[in-house]
Amino acid sequence: MTTENLELFEVFIRSKRGLDHKHVGSLHAEDPAQALEYARDCYTRRSEGVSIWVVRSADIVASQEDDAESFYDPSDDKPYRHATYYQLPDPVNNM
Amino acid sequence: MTPEEQNFMRKIETEEKIEPKDWMPEAYRKNLIRQISQHAHSEVIGTQPEGNWITRAPSLRRKAVLLAKVQDEAGHGLYLYSATETLGISRDEMIAALQDGSAKYASIFNYPAQTWGDVGAIGWLVDGAAIVNQVSLQRTSYGPYARAMIRICKEESFHQRQGYELMLELCRGTPEQKAMAQDSLNRFYWPALMMFGPHDSESAHSARSMQWKIKRESNDDLRQKFIDQTVKQIEFLGLEHPDKAICWNEARGHYDSGEIDWDEFYAVINGNGHCNRQRLQHHIKVHEEGSWVREALAAYNEKQKARKQQAEANKSNQNVA
Amino acid sequence: MMSEQQLQQATFEYTLRLGDDALVLGHRISEWVRNGPFLEEDIAYGNVALDYIGRARMFYGYAAELADDGRTEDSFAYTRSEREFSNLLINELPRGDFAYSQVRQLLVDIYANLFLTRLLQSKDATLAAIAAKAIKESRYHLRRSREWVIRLGDGTEESQHRCQLALDDIWGYSHEMFEMDALEQQLADAGIGVDVSSLRDDWLVQIREILAEATLQLPADDWKVSGGRDGYHTEFLGHLLTELQIVHRSYPGCQW
Repeated sequence: MTTENLELFEVFIRSKRGLDHKHVGSLHAEDPAQALEYARDCYTRRSEGVSIWVVRSADIVASQEDDAESFYDPSDDKPYRHATYYQLPDPVNNM
Repeated sequence: MTPEEQNFMRKIETEEKIEPKDWMPEAYRKNLIRQISQHAHSEVIGTQPEGNWITRAPSLRRKAVLLAKVQDEAGHGLYLYSATETLGISRDEMIAALQDGSAKYASIFNYPAQTWGDVGAIGWLVDGAAIVNQVSLQRTSYGPYARAMIRICKEESFHQRQGYELMLELCRGTPEQKAMAQDSLNRFYWPALMMFGPHDSESAHSARSMQWKIKRESNDDLRQKFIDQTVKQIEFLGLEHPDKAICWNEARGHYDSGEIDWDEFYAVINGNGHCNRQRLQHHIKVHEEGSWVREALAAYNEKQKARKQQAEANKSNQNVA
Repeated sequence: MMSEQQLQQATFEYTLRLGDDALVLGHRISEWVRNGPFLEEDIAYGNVALDYIGRARMFYGYAAELADDGRTEDSFAYTRSEREFSNLLINELPRGDFAYSQVRQLLVDIYANLFLTRLLQSKDATLAAIAAKAIKESRYHLRRSREWVIRLGDGTEESQHRCQLALDDIWGYSHEMFEMDALEQQLADAGIGVDVSSLRDDWLVQIREILAEATLQLPADDWKVSGGRDGYHTEFLGHLLTELQIVHRSYPGCQW
C-alpha cells in the first residue's frame, strides 16, 4: 500500500455551515479531484463535514519558528488593540 | 544546553505542544517517527486478522459493523501516517521500513483470528487495551500526534463496544456460543496485557519518552488500568477469568494479577507467532499488486498535464494569429 | 390482472432479487478491504461495500415484511442455497484484479443510476424510498468508477490492457441486466417495478462516451450469458455463499 508518485494534500473541513474550515490531516492522491474524493471517504465517515478543501501540501507557505520574534512579538506591546484595555465606568461598560 | 534546547525543554515542561516547524532534538524526532509509524503500521496490519472475517460474519448487521470497523482502522493508519509525515519522512519510506522489518507493528496482530469469537475478543480486549494507551497519548507533547489521537479515540470507542456487545450476544446464546466466547477470551487476554509492553524496568524507550512527554504514563500503570477495568466486564459476561491469580488488593486499590509469560511475548515478537510471516507477506503482496495501478495514475496525470499545456499553447498561438 | 395477493408475492420476489444483487456485489467489494492499491483507496472502496451491504439489508428487510412469516434479513442472506439466489450474474463474478473490479463497477453503476431513477417512481412507497436513499450512493459510486476506468484505460499500456481484458470478459454478462421475465413485466405493468429493457440505450450512450475517453474498445455483442434471476448461476456463487454462510449455518438457530 505504498504511495510512490502520489502527491500529498492537506485536508480542511467545514463541520457545519457558519464555521470555518479546519485542518484535519493529510492524504495522498494523484491530483486535486481525486484528493477531494478521498478526503470525503477518509475524513468524513461520520458526517463530519458539509464542505471540504484540499490543498497541495507543497503549495502551503508556512512561517518558521525563527520568524516568531519578528512576526508575533511586535504585537505584544499593543494592548490597546484589545477591548479589555479600556476601562469604562460600570453603567456603560457592557460595550 | 543550547538556547534552542532550552526553549524546547521549556515548552515540554509547560505543556506547550511541539509543532512540526519547531526546532526539536534529532533524537526526539527519531523517537517520534519510530513510535508514531509503529502505531500507524499496527493499525494497517491490524486490518488483516479482522478483515479476514468480513466475508464470514454471521449476520448482516455484524458484517456492516465489522466492515466499518476495519475500514476505520485503515483510516486511523492514514491519520497516523499523516502525523508522521509532518516530521519529514514520507509514507513510502515508512512502508519500506515496515516491509524490510526495520519498523515494527504491534505483536498482537501476529496472533490468528481463528473463530468468530476472536472478532469479539479483539474488539473488546485488543481495542480496549489500545484505547487505554491512546487516551493517555491524547496529551502527548507532539501536536499532530496528539490531535490524531483525539480523533482516533473518538472513533475507537465504538470498536471496543461492538466487540463487547458481540461477546455479550455469544454469552447469552447457546452453550456452544458461550464456549466460543470463553475460548477467545482465554487466547486473547494475555496477549492483550502484553500490548502495553515490557515492565517499566525492562523497557528500552520508556524513560526518555516519558521525559519528553511523548509517553505520558508508564507501561505498568496503563496495564494496571486495563486489568482493573476488565475484571468487571468478564464477570458481567459470566465468563471465567483467564488469570487465576487475579485478586483485589484493598491497600493498593488495584487488582493483583499473575505474571505474564514474557517468554511468549519475546518469542512472538521474534517471529514465532502464528502469523508473523503471513502478515508482512500479505502487505508486500498487496503493495506489489497495486503497483501497476499507481503507475497508471501517474501516467494518466502526466498525459493530462501535457494536454493542458498543449491546449494553452494552441490558444496563445491563436491569439498571436 | 393480478390479485392483491399475487401482486404482493411478486413484489416480494422482486425485492429479494434486488437484495441478492446488493448483497452479492457488496460481498465482492468487501473482499477489497485490506487489499486495495493504496490506503486511501482501501478506505474509499470500503465505503462502497458498506453502501451495498446497507442496501441489501433494506431490500431484505422489506422482503421480510412482505413475507410476514418470521423470516428475517438474515434468513434470506444466510439460509438459501445457490439455486435460490436470484442475483444477476455480473454481480457474482470474482473481484479479479483492480481493473476487473472497476470495469464491472462502471457497468453496474451506470445501470444502477438509470434503474434507481425509475424505481423512484415506483407505486410501492417502500421501494421508492429505498431508491431515494440508494441513488445518492450510486451517483457517488459512478463518479468513482467512471474516473477509475478513464484513468486506468488512458494510463499505461499495462493498465489499458488489463481494462480491455476485463471489459471483454465481463461484457457478455451485461446483457442480462436488461432482460425482463414475466414477473418483472407484470410488476412494470403495475407501476411497481422497472422496465429494464428500456434502459439499455441510455446505458450504452454513457458507456460509449466513457470508453472513448478511456481509449477502450466497446466489445462486440457476440456472446451473452444469463440465468441469475432463475437461480442458474456461475460456479463462483457457490464458493461465495460457502464463505458467507459458513458460521451462520454451522450454528443453526443462533443469534449473533
